[in-house]
Amino acid sequence: MKNHKLKNVFREGAITTEFIANSIAKHQVKTSIGAHNIFLGQVRADEINAKKVAAIDYTAHEDMANHKFHEIREAAFLKFDLTCMHIYHSLGMVKSGEICLFVFVSSKRRKEVFPAIEFIVEEIKLKIPVFGKEIFEDQTHQWKVNS
Amino acid sequence: MMITIKYFGLLAEVTGCRSEKMNFSCTTISDLKEILFQKHKVLKNKKFKIAQHNELNTDKTKVTSSEIALLPPFAGG
Repeated sequence: MKNHKLKNVFREGAITTEFIANSIAKHQVKTSIGAHNIFLGQVRADEINAKKVAAIDYTAHEDMANHKFHEIREAAFLKFDLTCMHIYHSLGMVKSGEICLFVFVSSKRRKEVFPAIEFIVEEIKLKIPVFGKEIFEDQTHQWKVNS
Repeated sequence: MMITIKYFGLLAEVTGCRSEKMNFSCTTISDLKEILFQKHKVLKNKKFKIAQHNELNTDKTKVTSSEIALLPPFAGG
């Protein structure tokens, strides 16, 4: 089993399209890769009781979350034949329409990356202690729960 | 022993605190919950999980860390 370092997955604020583009560009030198797959989680402007979600303010148990992200990475590397994997999650305010989760997996072949990304995203939803305060346009709020 | 209780998300909001220290001599998570319910009655009708050493615990788990985290439902992604 490869022994990967514990990484800090969190980024302050939204994950920008520039950041995502740069991440993709960095892989052009890794020419053994034949397939990438990307998942982008976007803040949805849900309408609840006639009020629209304007943003989500994310907080986390960062230490535990980074450990759990590490476990998910290690499990995914064991389960699938991946060349590399990157996970980034936002903390703080992310407006509706902006990206709050970026998962990027790469492999020699496409058949690995489809199930891998689904596995990783489902594990994140289930196991990562991240909390989301949905801020409505009128500045009232409610706490989001993953369904 | 002195332990630090950390409240996250909704739980920090309803208890009005993110972190507090308390003297604790009980042994299990279940014992600890009883003390916390007395201190913060609002916790009784809230869903949450308890973690120490970065792992989720059950009621029967022994308290071995000086830092305990109360985690409301997850909302990542």
